[in-house]
Amino acid sequence: MALIGRALLILALLTSLYGAGASIYGARARRPAWVDSGRRSVYALFALAVLAFAILESAFLRSDFSYNVVAEHSSTTTPAFYKATAPWSSQEGSLLLWVFLLSMWSSIVLFATRKRVREIAPYATAVLLGFGAFFSSLMVFYANPFATSATPPSEGAGLDPLLLHPSMMFHPPMLYSGYTLMAVPFAFAIGALITGRLGSEWIRVTRKFALGAWLFLGIGVLLGARWSYTELGWGGYWAWDAVENAALMPWLCITAFIHSIMIQEKRGMLKVWNASLILLSGTLAILGTFLVRSGVLDSIHAFGASTLGVPFVVLLAAMIGGGIYLVSSRRERLRSDHQIDSLLSREAVFLFQNLVLVAMVFVIFWVTFFPLISQALTGTKVSVGPPAFRPFIVPLALVLVLLSGIGPLIAWRRVTAANLKGSFAFPVAFAVAVLVALLLGTSADTRPFALIMFTLGAFVLAGVAQELYRGTSARRAFAKESWPVALASLVRRNRRRYGGYTAHAGLSLLLIGVAASSSFQHSRDVSLRPGQSAVVDGYTLRYVRPIADAAAAKLTFGAVLAVYRGGHYVETLRSTRGFYPTGFNGTAGPISEAFNGSADSNVGLDAGLTHDIWTVVNPDLQPLQAAITRGDTVFERLMKSLSPTQARQASVLGVIGAYRARAIVGLTQQYVSHPWPIEFLLIVSPLVTWIWLGAIVIALGGVIALWPPPEALLVRRRSAAVYAARVARELA
Amino acid sequence: MQFVIVLLVLAAVALFVTVPLRGRRGAPDPSAERVAADGRAIEDLEAAREAKYREIRDAELDHGTGKLSDADFGSLDSALRAEAVEILKALDGARERAAAAAGGA
Repeated sequence: MALIGRALLILALLTSLYGAGASIYGARARRPAWVDSGRRSVYALFALAVLAFAILESAFLRSDFSYNVVAEHSSTTTPAFYKATAPWSSQEGSLLLWVFLLSMWSSIVLFATRKRVREIAPYATAVLLGFGAFFSSLMVFYANPFATSATPPSEGAGLDPLLLHPSMMFHPPMLYSGYTLMAVPFAFAIGALITGRLGSEWIRVTRKFALGAWLFLGIGVLLGARWSYTELGWGGYWAWDAVENAALMPWLCITAFIHSIMIQEKRGMLKVWNASLILLSGTLAILGTFLVRSGVLDSIHAFGASTLGVPFVVLLAAMIGGGIYLVSSRRERLRSDHQIDSLLSREAVFLFQNLVLVAMVFVIFWVTFFPLISQALTGTKVSVGPPAFRPFIVPLALVLVLLSGIGPLIAWRRVTAANLKGSFAFPVAFAVAVLVALLLGTSADTRPFALIMFTLGAFVLAGVAQELYRGTSARRAFAKESWPVALASLVRRNRRRYGGYTAHAGLSLLLIGVAASSSFQHSRDVSLRPGQSAVVDGYTLRYVRPIADAAAAKLTFGAVLAVYRGGHYVETLRSTRGFYPTGFNGTAGPISEAFNGSADSNVGLDAGLTHDIWTVVNPDLQPLQAAITRGDTVFERLMKSLSPTQARQASVLGVIGAYRARAIVGLTQQYVSHPWPIEFLLIVSPLVTWIWLGAIVIALGGVIALWPPPEALLVRRRSAAVYAARVARELA
Repeated sequence: MQFVIVLLVLAAVALFVTVPLRGRRGAPDPSAERVAADGRAIEDLEAAREAKYREIRDAELDHGTGKLSDADFGSLDSALRAEAVEILKALDGARERAAAAAGGA
């Protein structure tokens, strides 16, 4: 099947190239048949990607180690769920996932627009197929997922233990869905710029795809943060890592875009800005993909150094150069139809918010790439790290939250002082009340930025609550409905608006959680013996006993901790560190190989609405080292003492294997029976759960905004349109 | 066997993507150009109409939630509806032209 898989990739490349050419020829020669043929190439590409992906999935599920990618990223002991998701843990499989998702979204948008935007669509098709050709060619020429070995190993290397985490398995498809969905508005923007049809039609047909990109990319980023918090064992959820930043930048950019396109749709303004934003978003999405694969910046999330860097640099150069040329050559047609009526209007708030978001992107880009910039200028790679982000990002985030609170309270076009007073009175009063309560009842005044964030968050939440209340009241007065029915009707009839408000509320919750957990975190690095305790932020954590387990696939060493507050029992936590055997590859002795492989952490976590108690153990195995070395010597001598015939006999090897397993169990039991002091990292962080709750609320807002209106509503809108047209004619 | 499967897939893809080319031949039709141009104008105007309706609905909601005074809402709503009427007039005109062009073709 590997041959078929490889042939499918070559066919995918040829189909993409043909389709892109047919689309452009059809558009330029005004031959709709060629345009249709180009569009069908996208559907064909999707079918080919599905087949290729099915072959690769099948190889992983069957543990077919003749496929190099399976041998390197799976094993017979890998659980079935992780086998199914292992394809995208590899460079090659993730490229195939990219093509699969890209062709799927492209097929959906081109099918939906087959009778609309006929002038723009062929160029959009060519751009989408251009991406398809690029990623297919990477697999054909650089990273073939169907490469096979003539002498396959009997066992695979297994999945990286750090990836044995549910959120890490969903994280890549979410990120890639975000990136590939972003290609859709990007492609249609290119088509609109080429054809000069720069009205809001291209925005109308791709708005939901932009919103989908924002939603999926956001979920992907948050899943990555959750994985970092519960799996990496350093106690945080965001490290300003290059790859994390590479996903955050396009998300911030597309956030700006889905706000500013509303102004273009309503007022015909910000055409240059919107075209530039989506071109930047698409380019940043490819930059993120490049960073994960090129190895130019160090990151725990990256696939490591590879040969893919140069093709990506060429693609990025083409996207940046082409984008700048198209926008500058169409600047006359991109002129706004209107101007902002007043700085006290929702349009103006959106514009400021856009500027803040783009400033954040600029800061993140500059600091992330500073090591490369410094290397280019001075020859020395200078890493500046997380502290370099905070002086810029924190104030910008505060302004962003403030604007996200003002936006829902202010009308389009213009407002009067009286209206402002009526809209702002309650949210401002609530925010001031929260501020006073925090100053009087907590130590929040010691962290001014956090205090401001809590106050602004309260302002946003109060504003959104007020908007929902007023909207529901207005609906009740009009439709005579009960409160729940009126609220549901209000949201259903104004999904974009109230989906957006929900996302704003979620953002406030999330940033309140970030401010609290980063400003008021208490942590201690301690070395404890069983029975000893450490106090962190008023919590006493007692090391009760060591625990260990010796399974074939993993050795586990850890600790049971009892948590007390004020003498009262709170919770029991178990924190472990797992060591995965390297396999007999000659680099370690027969016993050492069980202890020297990859390791992962399983944190002990008591998560709650007010605070998280987070613990990780770092068991020092040095005291076992002498016994491990002795075991290596004994088993190596035993193996050497075997005759060639005995060395091939399964029964003999089975007996030796059983003794070895018993020796390893004995060593792990030493950890339990003769415990020595071990290192703990103990953290108490307030409001971390608010981050995850905020993320869920943001996602809910995205789903509300994306959810299609009910058919009945559509029919009513159509009849309303007919009625409005009749009235208009009579008025005329 | 694998080679045969690859050939079958290749043939299927080739047949599928070239269906439109085998069905329609000949030079571009100038009347189709006119129809397409009218179609584009209608698309633009429909987009403008939808955007204007959304603006009117948003203004109504802003008024209902107290963000616009009665006086501001009155003038804004009148202006928006007048703009909507202009768009509808243009849309009717474009549709009539499209119908005539299609009939002529």
